[in-house]
Amino acid sequence: MVALTVNGSRHEIDATPETPLLYVLREDLRLNAAKYGCGLGQCGACTVIVGGEAVFSCVTPVALLDGKSITTLEGLGTIDHPSALQRAFIEMQAAQCGYCIAGIMMRAQALLQQDPHPSDVEIRRHLEPHLCRCGTHMRILRAVHRAAEIMSAERTQEAAQ
Amino acid sequence: MMRQARVWPNPGRGAIGGISRRAALVGAGALIVSFSIMPAAWPQESETPDTGGSKLPGSLAIEPHLDAWIKVAPDGAVTVFTGKAELGQGIKTAFLQIAAEELDLPLEQLTIVTADTQLTANEGYTAGSHSIQDSGTAIRNAAAQVREILIGVAAQQLGLPAAALRAENGSVVAQDGRKLSYGALVSGNLLHVTAQPASKLKDPSTFKVMNRPVQRLDIPAKVTGGEAFLQDMRLPGMLHARIVRPPSYGATLEQVDLATVGTMPGFVNAVRDGNFLAVVFEKEFQAIQAMRILAASAQWAEKRALPEQSRTAEVIRGLPSHDYVILDKAAALPGGQPSTGVGAGVNAGASIAADYSRPFQSHGSIGPSCAIAQLDRNGMLTVWTHTQGVYPDRNAIAEMVRMPAQRVRCIHVQGSGCYGHNAADDAGADAALLASKMPGRPIRVQWMREQEHAWEPFGPAMVTRATASLNDDGGIAGFTFDVWSNTHNMRPGTAGALLAAQHIAAPFPIPEPKPIPQPEGGGDRNAIPLYDFPAARVVHHFLPDMPIRISAMRSLGAYMNIFSLEGFMDEAALAAKTDPVEFRLRHLKDERARAVVSATADAFGWKNRPHTANGTGSGFAFARYKNLAAYCALAMEVEVDRDSGRVRLRRVVAAIDTGQVVNPDGVRNQIEGAILQSASWTLYESISFDRTRITSVDWSTYPILRFQSVPDSVEVHIIDRPGLPFLGAGEAGQGPAAAAIANAIADATGKRLRDLPLTAERLKSAINA
Amino acid sequence: MKRSYLLGVAAAVLCVVVVGTLALVWRPALAPIVPVTSPSFDPGLVRRGADLAALGDCNTCHTAPLGKTFAGGRPLQTPFGTIYATNITPDPQTGIGLWSEAAFVRAMREGVDREGRHLYPAFPYDHFTLISDDDDKALYAYLMTRQPVHAEALKNVLPFPINIRMILAGWNLFYLDKGPFRPDPSHDELWNRGAYLVEGVGHCGACHTPRNALGAEEKDDAFAGGEAEGWHAFSINQSSQSPVAWDVQSLQAYLANGWHGLHGVARGPMAPVVDNLSELPEGDIRAIAVYIASRMKSDTTPDSQESTVPLARNPENNPGSKPQSAGSQSAVPVSVAEEDEAGARIYVATCATCHESGRPVPYGGIHLFLSTAVTGESPQNLVNIVLAGLPASDGTKSPIMPNFGGVLSDAEVADLARYLREMAGKPAWDDLEAKIKTARGALSGPAASTAASK
Repeated sequence: MVALTVNGSRHEIDATPETPLLYVLREDLRLNAAKYGCGLGQCGACTVIVGGEAVFSCVTPVALLDGKSITTLEGLGTIDHPSALQRAFIEMQAAQCGYCIAGIMMRAQALLQQDPHPSDVEIRRHLEPHLCRCGTHMRILRAVHRAAEIMSAERTQEAAQ
Repeated sequence: MMRQARVWPNPGRGAIGGISRRAALVGAGALIVSFSIMPAAWPQESETPDTGGSKLPGSLAIEPHLDAWIKVAPDGAVTVFTGKAELGQGIKTAFLQIAAEELDLPLEQLTIVTADTQLTANEGYTAGSHSIQDSGTAIRNAAAQVREILIGVAAQQLGLPAAALRAENGSVVAQDGRKLSYGALVSGNLLHVTAQPASKLKDPSTFKVMNRPVQRLDIPAKVTGGEAFLQDMRLPGMLHARIVRPPSYGATLEQVDLATVGTMPGFVNAVRDGNFLAVVFEKEFQAIQAMRILAASAQWAEKRALPEQSRTAEVIRGLPSHDYVILDKAAALPGGQPSTGVGAGVNAGASIAADYSRPFQSHGSIGPSCAIAQLDRNGMLTVWTHTQGVYPDRNAIAEMVRMPAQRVRCIHVQGSGCYGHNAADDAGADAALLASKMPGRPIRVQWMREQEHAWEPFGPAMVTRATASLNDDGGIAGFTFDVWSNTHNMRPGTAGALLAAQHIAAPFPIPEPKPIPQPEGGGDRNAIPLYDFPAARVVHHFLPDMPIRISAMRSLGAYMNIFSLEGFMDEAALAAKTDPVEFRLRHLKDERARAVVSATADAFGWKNRPHTANGTGSGFAFARYKNLAAYCALAMEVEVDRDSGRVRLRRVVAAIDTGQVVNPDGVRNQIEGAILQSASWTLYESISFDRTRITSVDWSTYPILRFQSVPDSVEVHIIDRPGLPFLGAGEAGQGPAAAAIANAIADATGKRLRDLPLTAERLKSAINA
Repeated sequence: MKRSYLLGVAAAVLCVVVVGTLALVWRPALAPIVPVTSPSFDPGLVRRGADLAALGDCNTCHTAPLGKTFAGGRPLQTPFGTIYATNITPDPQTGIGLWSEAAFVRAMREGVDREGRHLYPAFPYDHFTLISDDDDKALYAYLMTRQPVHAEALKNVLPFPINIRMILAGWNLFYLDKGPFRPDPSHDELWNRGAYLVEGVGHCGACHTPRNALGAEEKDDAFAGGEAEGWHAFSINQSSQSPVAWDVQSLQAYLANGWHGLHGVARGPMAPVVDNLSELPEGDIRAIAVYIASRMKSDTTPDSQESTVPLARNPENNPGSKPQSAGSQSAVPVSVAEEDEAGARIYVATCATCHESGRPVPYGGIHLFLSTAVTGESPQNLVNIVLAGLPASDGTKSPIMPNFGGVLSDAEVADLARYLREMAGKPAWDDLEAKIKTARGALSGPAASTAASK
């Protein structure tokens, strides 16, 4: 048994220690965002955040996560109350098939948490582990910039209150 | 607050109960329209149906009943039906825009049902950029005619002339304010009528929702972890299966011990049928581990059947061919008699020739293929699949499992982008085969990354040759083009097109490959130039022998043929000492073609383009996809590092004419995507194989474009053509992007590369030769 | 009178010292040439220069990440501070466009630029001094025919007094053994060619030899192992820790292909070296292999040694033993037992799925128990890779490994490393925790991407 905190909720998971987190998320917890793309840590579709760092859930066994806190895309916001990042991606229509997007958004989220105003070059470098076969890269970059803008504006608003 | 139309069926809730919902929609006492198989409509070589000369617009020619496209329920709920599938190109949203416009209904009140053999018309494959052209046209006309029928009924009920009424917000409204909702107007088989050839379509100048960048309905779920893909489906009692695929083509399973997995936790079944080997477990990771164990114990006898990769072009050229002359335009001699050959009767100026080659390339879908199948108590086999063609796939699966087609239902659920015929159909077949052997619980098959990379049908390797003679005026006098290619269509079809059917103990034969006839073409798609040459001859050397498994990949032969043709136009322009854009305009009569060319050149600043010796260059290319669909011109600025051979894509400017636009943002998204995808194919991609196996099995061995290599900027300009027929845009960018890159590299370095991919290594060798 | 005499002598001595020092330190500027836009050098000479530049990895140091080749700007982290590589394109303003051949040769042999300033030995002129006249000529021809790029040099970040270039003259006095290369008559032509390449343009010792406090190579300990940009360059002399001894064949294969089944894959700063070597004629690589093999004092018989260390816990999972298309990492999964030590549990749950799956090297996970990263004298490289992974290269095939720095604590990395070391049958490292701390620091520092891509 492994204890995982996912999006703020604690779960006791009955899985063998070498089970990759991805399958626990999708099957045991019925979360959709993190996806199977390669199982090898080469494409990024499975990315989630652990301790502020973007992590490939397809190669991370649950044995390493006992007691740790995991955030998936579902933890950022919902369809009725989307987060700044999610709103930015909708605004920029930054998806074609959309299969790669959840993983990319989690890495972008991790980046924006560490660096609220990344340059274009820095965003590209940070997203390098991710593949997008549909060629939506330009919109994705615009969406990350837009998310940074929105988050900055919201911080200013909060500070003013 | 985000409102969105309901997208139905939601696979997680009640998809199996779809029949009862459909009955409710149709209304009490209504005829239940069943969609029968139409084998005659699907010659295997075509991606589009044979309409038999019908005069009805778009896919109404295949399915003329209005209620096959639009259903209005007594409660006013309106459902749009399409036989096409959402592949990520945004057609669900586009079709709803079309229907909302013609029906005068807010988008949020519409629901759409996509490709389902039980519920929608048989529109063949979602391929060839036909969706908006064929299905969109059908929906538009059907919606317009439904609207007029409802106005007609209201006119009767209100005792007013129809001309005094108008449709608004889901009701028919009279000038005095009386109104009747659509739901109140509809009854019985009102809409079960055959469509008329002509419809009262809305004037584009009055559009409220068409030609507007309406936000896509599926994106919110995709960015918030909603259930959006087939891979997200969780049916009650669902089992997890994994296939143990053979290591190479033609390998036979000599020995395997199924008992090694029988004692593993969660074991449900281990299936062997000839060379088809699968494990079925309760939980997904259990299935994966069992697959690995079984794969480790399986012993295969392999064949050394693959050609030598470094000699691919040679091998292709040497295969036996059936030759089709698809264009033979001879220049007229003085006196009006046709000449006997190309170039005869005109002054022979400079003549040039060039050979081009393309390797096998992979679809490279980010999400490996997946399918779920269930054989229920009633003997109904349901397959949830992201195939591009639910009807042909259904027929092939029925043949494979030896069941009547009516007892098999294929429902399209979105997978990751497929860009053609990838392993989706095979995954569906795998699941169906397992379900047919294990009735009861739904069985989910998920392909692994290595399996998708090794077993998908690739984009075929091709070889082309272009020649031209110039006349005294510096124009092209005579032109020849030869293309050597396998078929680009091995879709089911018959069962033998499915991998599982080839591997089982009583296998089905691989269907005989056939060329797709012109004007669509397969390997010869876009082999006929749109340019107006005095004399031209184009030959398609169709190669039936397929050393490597191939099928349709986005734009089919057009990618390679445009790469060749548009590269060659630049070479000819150079020989004629003419600017490449001017040279093209010289030979282009089609007004819309000239318009996209000029628009791109202007937006790019072609006349003042950077022309430096420091490795910067600009390239131009144009094509009308299939000479039938959208027009696309592209200009690109690149920077070449002569010492590493690396090409940096700087600025890309494109113009697209896609006829009447439905969703301009959707068009832009598709063209941007096509440009980047084509850039990846062109600069990097080739599968790799030794004499026995495919060796490019993951992203380390088949690298594709990553973020640090995308262009600095991509601009797409849409040329608005209100009122003109829809033209397919989904594949229009592949060929021009490839040629523009090659032309820009040649401009930057003086070196002309003709063998794809244009890798840094090849460029470096060419520069330093 | 005595006092003034003594004063006079003191003054004279002082003058001599000052003049002598100046004579030692000061170098004249050499006259600039008139820049030629299309220089004409013999194409054969330029090609020879290209080969030599590949052997010398000029493009690796002199190209910034994602930057233009030879345009400089790449930071080199040294114990003394950060030095930025210069622009060696033939740009007249910011590169070497005004340099005569004589100026170039002086830089290569004495570490002095055209204007007479001393260069830091981060530029390994203490090796390049051995390059022959003909080879310098070829290198000059090659560099002067490259694409000129206008790019200003970045300022070095060095503390006082190191930022005073003149002190390098003193350094040179002690540590610069000027060329030319002297062949050793007791060895054959091939060996001598290898020695010439390795000691000269190849400058292998610049990474593979330990350095003293003043940053000079310890000549008595040549090739005993050194440091480069946060990575360890393993010992390639007789103190090599490889459980399977290197020989000429395996060295040649490793250098030409970038990997060897019994030793590992070249990553970190060695990746661009093997990338460059992969384009070179076989003869030169063989010569290098012959020379290095002799420094390792191993015999030249073909690889036939059997290792007593298991390649994988399950011999059925040796590299290349399983076809990948049969179903992803087809291997018998090794199981984790509660009583296994922590490192074993981490390895089995996290690493074995790629590293013990029969996937063919170099793209599949290499078997770790024979890998130099585990058997070598320093754990630095293993730790670097576990924490940061191996990123994808730009459009070319290369091994990709995901990073685990986000999920493994320092203690867990240490457990894992200790376990691997045990399985390799080697004595424990004594500086493991320190190396992990260094690697963590590097992850967020300016040298964070020592990636394989050019």
